[in-house]
Amino acid sequence: MQTQVLIIGGGVTGTALARDLALRGVDCILVEKGDLNAGASGRNHGLLHSGARYVAGDRDAAMECRAEGEILKRVAAQAIEDTGGYFVAVQGDDERYIADFPGYCERSGIDARRVDVATARALEPALSEQAIAVFEVPDAAIDPFRLSLESMAHARSLGARLLRRSRVVGFEREGSRIRAVRVQSLGGAPELRIEAEQVVNAAGAWARDVALLAGAPLAMTYSKGTLLVTHERLARRVVNRLRRPSNADIMMPGGTVSIVGTTSTPVAALDDIHPTTAEADLIVEEAACMLPALAATRYIRAYAGVRPLVGAAGGADARAVSRGFALFDHEDHGLANFATITGGKLTSCRLMAERAADLVCRRLGVTQACVTATTPLPVAAECAWTEPGRSPRVWMRAHGLEDTLLCECEMVPASAVDAIYAALRAAGDTPTLTDIGLRSRVGKGACQGAFCAPRAVAHLYNRGDFQARRGLDEIVAFFGERWRGQHAVLWGEQLAQAELMEALHCGLFGEELREEESP
Amino acid sequence: MTGARGDICDVAVIGAGMAGMSAALFAAERGLSCIQVGNAGSLLFASGLLDFLGVHPVPERQLWQSPLEALAALGRDEPDHPLARLDADLIRSAFESFVTALGAAGLAYAPLGERNRKLFTSIGTIKTTYGVPRSMVAGVRVLEQRSPCLLVDFRGLREFSAAQIAATLGRNWPGLRQQRIEFPGYEAVPELYAAHLARALESGELRARTIARIKPLLGDARSLGVPAVLGLARASEVHAAFEAGLGLPVFEIPTMPTSVPGLRLRTALETVVSARGVLRRRQASVRGLSFGADAATITLELDGAAAGERVHARAVVLATGRFTGRGLTAERKQVRESILGLPVHQPASRAAWHQRDFLDPSGHAINRAGLLTDAAWRPLDAQGRPAWKRLYAVGSILAHQDWMRSKCGSGLAIATAWGAIEQVARDLRATATG
Repeated sequence: MQTQVLIIGGGVTGTALARDLALRGVDCILVEKGDLNAGASGRNHGLLHSGARYVAGDRDAAMECRAEGEILKRVAAQAIEDTGGYFVAVQGDDERYIADFPGYCERSGIDARRVDVATARALEPALSEQAIAVFEVPDAAIDPFRLSLESMAHARSLGARLLRRSRVVGFEREGSRIRAVRVQSLGGAPELRIEAEQVVNAAGAWARDVALLAGAPLAMTYSKGTLLVTHERLARRVVNRLRRPSNADIMMPGGTVSIVGTTSTPVAALDDIHPTTAEADLIVEEAACMLPALAATRYIRAYAGVRPLVGAAGGADARAVSRGFALFDHEDHGLANFATITGGKLTSCRLMAERAADLVCRRLGVTQACVTATTPLPVAAECAWTEPGRSPRVWMRAHGLEDTLLCECEMVPASAVDAIYAALRAAGDTPTLTDIGLRSRVGKGACQGAFCAPRAVAHLYNRGDFQARRGLDEIVAFFGERWRGQHAVLWGEQLAQAELMEALHCGLFGEELREEESP
Repeated sequence: MTGARGDICDVAVIGAGMAGMSAALFAAERGLSCIQVGNAGSLLFASGLLDFLGVHPVPERQLWQSPLEALAALGRDEPDHPLARLDADLIRSAFESFVTALGAAGLAYAPLGERNRKLFTSIGTIKTTYGVPRSMVAGVRVLEQRSPCLLVDFRGLREFSAAQIAATLGRNWPGLRQQRIEFPGYEAVPELYAAHLARALESGELRARTIARIKPLLGDARSLGVPAVLGLARASEVHAAFEAGLGLPVFEIPTMPTSVPGLRLRTALETVVSARGVLRRRQASVRGLSFGADAATITLELDGAAAGERVHARAVVLATGRFTGRGLTAERKQVRESILGLPVHQPASRAAWHQRDFLDPSGHAINRAGLLTDAAWRPLDAQGRPAWKRLYAVGSILAHQDWMRSKCGSGLAIATAWGAIEQVARDLRATATG
């Protein structure tokens, strides 16, 4: 295979880069070792920063967030719920910081408006009685899955190619140039050799490993962040704690749910990242100071991601390391056609892609300028199913005989599964149940897939898409993935739900005995 | 009639799942006056199959053909397991009584025998169980022989795909075929519900039309498998009509809850305990218990639909289940028993409740949490003494068992209920004569 630019990593940055390059007429291939947004891009709180979070500590980051947030609200409105956000201080919080906050915001150009506490509590009844100060800022919620899926769909419509489940295993170097990249498909297909004029490493937390493979050492540290998902949405707006960034200081709207986090724990390795019960407890206890309902509410999920932080390991608190992004041209490593773009935030993904694309284009001699700040992201029908609340609307409108409801928690119709399946097939992929889960609301409701996953599998057999005993393997893989996000928050009602799920899948179906009782 | 409002009944059973129903049934059969509190909703999640003991040891995933041999091994390895504390013959008598009572209420089971049976489920896995409804039993033989068999399903019944079962089992079963048909009269309905189909099939006319649609599809099939929708209260009649109309053995395949066999089980159990004189407070729950100063009676304060009512009993059987049944409450830091706050045997912290792999062969430690009892099934207090002299606990609330992995849910419920009621009868007799 040959291409002008090979992009490594299918997160928000890699997919935005593919789109940026494709819009400039540059041919590119994106290789992703798992699925889109498998790393931090799919494991964050989905905050489109107003910048207010960084006003005190990092004015540049604050201004960058403000500018990028405004751009994304214009060009990718379909992926954004423009809720606005509150910064809330409670009794005992640093009065000095509260007093300085409006000034900090002003010098970064961020519109922060003081809201009377009683008014704020009337508008967001979940706020604590202990609230002493509230400011409103232009924070918003963004669906990172929709963003990446649609960026990639747009890039592909312009000729870009995507290889999922394809891991970079080696670089062929010739002097200062990488001549080809060797890629291993997880499906067991023969190793691919991709010749590219330029290679961009957008592997997020895995950027250090990829760069090292190319012979370019990078100083990076990793910070694990855990978030919890509630069963119901507890506030309309983004709710931040008005203090310097710390544990459990934000609750995000996530469609029909709220997302609470985060933590920040330095980690040395990237494998086996999972949320722990201790992290879940810490979040519940700390966030309840600002939103008391969080102490008693039902949680359906937890997830953990790893933030790639550029720079050497310093003090104990990873929050001290810059959350800004970094673009390396690797020329000091003797490489002329390799670049790494990493670090950064969801909000800055478009800008990161622009900077990386600028470097690549300069090296390729391409003079077209970046247009992603002004070109709307086209809505792609098959990418829209991650949106909470969309499935029920579509289903209610067009409820046909052939369109049965597969998921009753999130109301996902069979037609959604069909559309996602068809889109993946059209791209030459072999879709799995987990792939469908990532692209829809299947498995995301209270039952966490206990009922809808078997229904989706039955549907795929009925269509003739699944053969032999594949469905059983897919159900097991799907629950394995869902369970990773459940075990840390299993108490109360959700533990009863998990028990029901085990009664069905082990008690009745005996899925744990599938090898002993091989059909 | 004892047990009426204000009177003192012999035994109050709290809970109406498999264990509570068994306890009420066995109490009535022994001539004890009994009041039962709680709704039987959890039975809707039953599959209709009555597991005895299928797997031991759990981490080794060892399956047993003989539940009695499994029980002997369990007794050697896990003497604290509630089933291991009961005599095998006694457990078998309990099963026989239970199944006989269901038969009297119109829900027929195949003769129990000494062996576990295997049948396939709606996702194509093979399930080891013990008591099998007569409407499912032909599926056991078919699976053994792998003889030519047709599976039929109905368009719109979302959790059941004959194509899935045939594909999953087909590799070693060339004579397994499948067909999808429209359910007569429901051609314009997108989603079908098993209970609706079951009720519809009790109509002779719809049944005849369904049979007529299936008959031309049979080909060389020597048996027919269908989702478990062959009737509700008149299931035996519907099943017999299918077999007569098609001229071959017909079997139902267990489906996801809430299932028709679960509905049948609930109806049959409610019918049989009521018929035997058990007073039922279906929509009530128990707010609290108080123990009489004379230590002879226990008073239940009811809540829900019977709020304000007080029930007096000489003995109380706690059959409130685990988390789904609400017998146990999982707080963020600990598990507690929901009604009396009895001590719950449990892992030291929540971090140890669950494995990180859902299907971890060892199972999840939280599933072995529960009440500890003495040899007389009396739950223990914090000092390790019986919490009250005639308070008993049965079923899944008991510690040291993982019914979901051991495949012993019904066995645990039926056997411990039998054991506890026998103890209740003995203790009340001792009081009367003492």
